[in-house]
Amino acid sequence: MQTSSESGGHAICCEGIGKRYRIGPRSPNSSLRETISDTIRAPFRRLVAHGPGPAIDEREFWALRDLSLELRRGEVLGVIGRNGSGKSTLLKILSRITKPTEGQAEIRGRVGSLLEVGAGFHPELTGRENIFLNGAILGMARLEIARKFDEIVEFAECSRFLDTPMKHYSSGMYLRLAFAVAAHLEVDILLLDEVLAVGDAVFQKKCLGKIEETAGNGRTILFASHDMLAVDNLCTRAICLHEGRVVLEGAPASVTSRYLEKWLPAFKDVVYDDIETAPGNDMIRLHRARVRPLHGLPADELTVRTPFLVEFECWKLAARTRLNLVAEVFNEHGVSVFVTADKDEATAPAGLLRISFTVPADLMNNGTYRIGLFVCLNGVGADIVAEWEDLLTFEIRDAASELRGAYHGQWPGAVRPDLNWKTELLEPLPASVAMDQSLK
Amino acid sequence: MPTAQSIQPAGQQKVTIRATDTAWNLQWDELWQHRELLYFLTWRDIKVRYKQTVLGVTWAILQPLAVALALAVFLGRMIRLPSDNLPYPVFAYSGMVLWQFFSQALTGASNSVVANGQIISKVYFPRLFVPLSAVLASLIDFVISLLVLAFFLVYFHILPSANVAFLPLFVLPAVLSSLGAGLWLSALNVKFRDVHHIVNFLVQFWFLATPIAYPTSVVPERWRVLYELNPMVGAVDGFRWALRGAGTFPSQSVALSVFIAVTLLITGLYYFRRVEDTFADFI
Repeated sequence: MQTSSESGGHAICCEGIGKRYRIGPRSPNSSLRETISDTIRAPFRRLVAHGPGPAIDEREFWALRDLSLELRRGEVLGVIGRNGSGKSTLLKILSRITKPTEGQAEIRGRVGSLLEVGAGFHPELTGRENIFLNGAILGMARLEIARKFDEIVEFAECSRFLDTPMKHYSSGMYLRLAFAVAAHLEVDILLLDEVLAVGDAVFQKKCLGKIEETAGNGRTILFASHDMLAVDNLCTRAICLHEGRVVLEGAPASVTSRYLEKWLPAFKDVVYDDIETAPGNDMIRLHRARVRPLHGLPADELTVRTPFLVEFECWKLAARTRLNLVAEVFNEHGVSVFVTADKDEATAPAGLLRISFTVPADLMNNGTYRIGLFVCLNGVGADIVAEWEDLLTFEIRDAASELRGAYHGQWPGAVRPDLNWKTELLEPLPASVAMDQSLK
Repeated sequence: MPTAQSIQPAGQQKVTIRATDTAWNLQWDELWQHRELLYFLTWRDIKVRYKQTVLGVTWAILQPLAVALALAVFLGRMIRLPSDNLPYPVFAYSGMVLWQFFSQALTGASNSVVANGQIISKVYFPRLFVPLSAVLASLIDFVISLLVLAFFLVYFHILPSANVAFLPLFVLPAVLSSLGAGLWLSALNVKFRDVHHIVNFLVQFWFLATPIAYPTSVVPERWRVLYELNPMVGAVDGFRWALRGAGTFPSQSVALSVFIAVTLLITGLYYFRRVEDTFADFI
């Protein structure tokens, strides 16, 4: 036993893992009847010589390709990458929710996966009942849950509502309880997917602390995240995925900084030239999205003092419908900084439209931002007809500013607005007090 | 090395994930390891079913009772269907009790995988427990409504013979065939949501093809074997035979019933195991 821990031993070992998905409409030959007859024939198919493999379908795409990875016991691996880069697919394969299309992985030890907090919570059941149900779904034994019950309740700070059906819980309470159960899993390997992007800041910190504690106990953790700071702080190693392949690997700080530098600014200006293939549908298609300073050259860098323009150019194809754009801006911690909506009540004519909004100077903090765009039909909040996540990614740099005073560190806060402070003298001190003060 | 946290030595549990896997391997060890989850899923299904209802678990009794009464009034009294030497209400209710279990188990199991899609796409656990827990939850309701059947027998002064000891035995084909068909339909439902609609229709059709409201004896002799391919025929006939304690044992229909039920179960298990790895990709 001693030798195995000294040599480290692999907790996870992946070899050439790939996962192929079909997108778009189902292939026409996949009817109910054929599925049944396929199944009946399947045991006999082995007798038939294998062909050159399935024909390549244009509507296939590889969410993950040729991924090899070795994770020693006790390592904490951060997995970063844009949405759709394959992070979640990797976690789903390792937690055995889905099978890889090719390659294989070997996992030694008990695995706990936390791809979503509160999986299996039932709103009609009470908090107490859900702790047991959720624990069992996550793979805990009944005795184990009973033993940790008090600890879980204490961590979630929900003892008063234990016998209340969870449908009456606030979303914060729901998440706290969900995370508390998961955090008390006794596992060797923990797979985490972005679960910390939820909850209030205080609880997030508590969760990070719990994970750190878990890592300290020699658990192996695989942690997919958009939060570069958390990856830097928690992980012993990091990889960056792009289009299903590992593009960066190494120490967390170097991977995250190279990721921010190299992979993100590429999306400050995206252009789709062909109206036929541009993202969208028969109502609206995207031509261009970009972020540029309000004044000066489009390529100039943005600082916290620069007012800038977020500009979308779309082909509006449906003439008689009213479409409104909604943009959501996220910072590098995955926090939604703000949502802004085009409230124009008029129905724009069909054609190529340019729709933009301006972000004033001295509002945004420095950091890396992502913008997602939704298109709503007939007014904001109604049906979403198109949705583009992480459409733009850009960086806002710090700048010398009188706002900062003598403080040179990172300015905390999701935003950094320049607000007007004012000092007024309401009344002078009474003479007696003024005398005392001057004597001191 | 006295540390508070004890970690299992590496290598104690080793899992290999690869593209292909044999569907014949049922992974009994894994099912056994997670057996408590089956209990919790069943418990949840029962608990949730009667939450926020006034009558609660009484519904388990009321549903078959109401249908049996309707059958007794319309078919027993008005049309005067034969009922194999049993008072028609007892005849109808005894059939309905078993039928209620079967239809509830089949419907529940068929929809179970899609209904639990949220968990299935986010957590790994033996998928087989999902339809299985739906069947088990219906079985609990069945046991409750069985108690009412006892009251019926007392009321109509029917003294069960020693055959009544075999009663649970005839529940078995109903359990196996509802699970077998449920495995097929729940797995197909993931890819083809048509199944959801088919099941409703299937259950109604199946009801008419099962001797609940009428006895098997009204089915013409030359169609009998075909009719008895329905596994519920043997189950219901055997169930009533055990209750009545007289008459000839319906050996042919019971044998066919067991055979079909086991076939359904084995093929269902095979198909379910073959596609369960893709559930998360389609849900």
